[in-house]
Amino acid sequence: MLIADSLDESGAIAAHFSAARTRVLAALTRQFFDLDMAEEAYQEACKRALERWPLQGIPRDPTAWLLLTGRNATIDRLRKDKRLVFKDALPDVPVEGGNIEADIAELIDTAELRDDVLRLMFMCCHPDLALQDQLALALKVIGGFSVDKIARAFVVKPKAMEQRITRAKKRAAAIATQLESPTLQERAARLKAVCVMAYLLFNEGYSASGGDVHIREELCDEAIRLVRLLIRLFPSQAEVMGLLALCLFQNSRRGARLTSDGRLVALEDQNRTLWDQIEIAEGRVLLEKALRHGRAGPYQIQAAIAATHCRAQQAEDTDWAEIERLYAALEQVQPSPVVSLNRAVALSKTSDAQTGLAYLASHATTLDNYLYFHATRASLLQSAGQFEQAIAAYEQALLLGPTGQEREHIHQQIGSCKKSEKNIVTV
Amino acid sequence: MQYAILIYSSEDIFGRLTDEEQEQALDKHRALQQELTGSGTLDAVAKLMDTSSAMTVRQTGENLLVLDGPFAETKEQLLGIYVIECETIDAAIEQAKKLPQGIAAYEVRPIGWGGGKIAVEDADS
Repeated sequence: MLIADSLDESGAIAAHFSAARTRVLAALTRQFFDLDMAEEAYQEACKRALERWPLQGIPRDPTAWLLLTGRNATIDRLRKDKRLVFKDALPDVPVEGGNIEADIAELIDTAELRDDVLRLMFMCCHPDLALQDQLALALKVIGGFSVDKIARAFVVKPKAMEQRITRAKKRAAAIATQLESPTLQERAARLKAVCVMAYLLFNEGYSASGGDVHIREELCDEAIRLVRLLIRLFPSQAEVMGLLALCLFQNSRRGARLTSDGRLVALEDQNRTLWDQIEIAEGRVLLEKALRHGRAGPYQIQAAIAATHCRAQQAEDTDWAEIERLYAALEQVQPSPVVSLNRAVALSKTSDAQTGLAYLASHATTLDNYLYFHATRASLLQSAGQFEQAIAAYEQALLLGPTGQEREHIHQQIGSCKKSEKNIVTV
Repeated sequence: MQYAILIYSSEDIFGRLTDEEQEQALDKHRALQQELTGSGTLDAVAKLMDTSSAMTVRQTGENLLVLDGPFAETKEQLLGIYVIECETIDAAIEQAKKLPQGIAAYEVRPIGWGGGKIAVEDADS
């Protein structure tokens, strides 16, 4: 019994650490203008917490406790090292005894902390950094993932990942410490950039392009956590709510997307009873809440599309007319060839494959090197009974580096096209 | 007498536990629910969604405002509620002690009056 309880406690302490991590690190980074020093300070604070919390109990405000302890420990060390004479506006608050929470309550300015966290996140999506480096850095700095785990997520050797993160961090940190408290416009721009990064992170986990499935799920969870934190900090941003809804709708299909041997199952073939209804319900509420703002941006519209799929109990029940309207709306606010491609698919469902093909034809030029463009076009041609052209399109798709599973699927389709073609000739 | 057990915690905590630890914590909830159901003293139990889905209605001056977010931006949020029947507040406290500690605090509060019902979908269905 005693052993079980102490196990519970160490688990609870670890959970408090990771829950507090982003906020503490963000505030410490502003204090010391140095990310490495902030990370060391956080580590030191956790070390001291592990000594004290089991005896004194978990404090009411673990974030404040860790922040203050990390800050004081670092100031002490700097003074001892005589590396610099540290001066700041905060009074020294003894860590031993006393009611730390009450002492520090007024030191933590909610609005300031909000911008600190946003700054830390924004630092990770610096445009000079390659996309994968942005995600690796975000996982390390915001998520507190170990380098080993990040290396496994991206299927890279740990040593190489370590070097990449170190390089990226140096580059980003130099910029981040110069970031002033943002104006209204700057804050909006930072939020937008962080949302893009969070969604990329989610997709990195969601696309089954390799690596360990369990780690990929952790990437999705981390992305969702990051967006939740953004909503807590900036509660009335409709697009951030839309993004969370979108992630939740997609994540709800997690249990139905892969076969037991790790093969991807297409949306229309998924066992929909495996979709997580709790996540879907939460996504729906968030979307309703976002739409109240009356400014439907790209994340909200994509979430609405995902919601429409989630509403259909069977693939045949899908409201394609609604989906087609939503893709038309998305084309307005965020025009892109991929959006038009999806609209063409929706059109082929609401009317016929010919209509979809006609729509596709008017957008064809820009997507020549996109595998899914050719695969989708091939499938539409196949439905329209134009087998010879379908085979040509499938063959073009094969040239654009499909995964093993996609290659197999394409070959199957080519086979069935050839069969249908033969039947037509012989009949 | 009816008592409410109000569950307060930082929303991030539960999700940060390992899968195993989450199950351990849920087991304590399930055990309490089973026990109370057995004795016919569980009147309601509900888990609230994350506060990112919350909205707040509040009158400010002449205006009735509908705001995004929970009522209070505090580090600990109301995450869930039990409504149970007990003879005394001590008995209600004893029930609250059976819930997982260290990851949440439990406010035990007598219910003045009540009505209606809470129907919650089975989380596992």
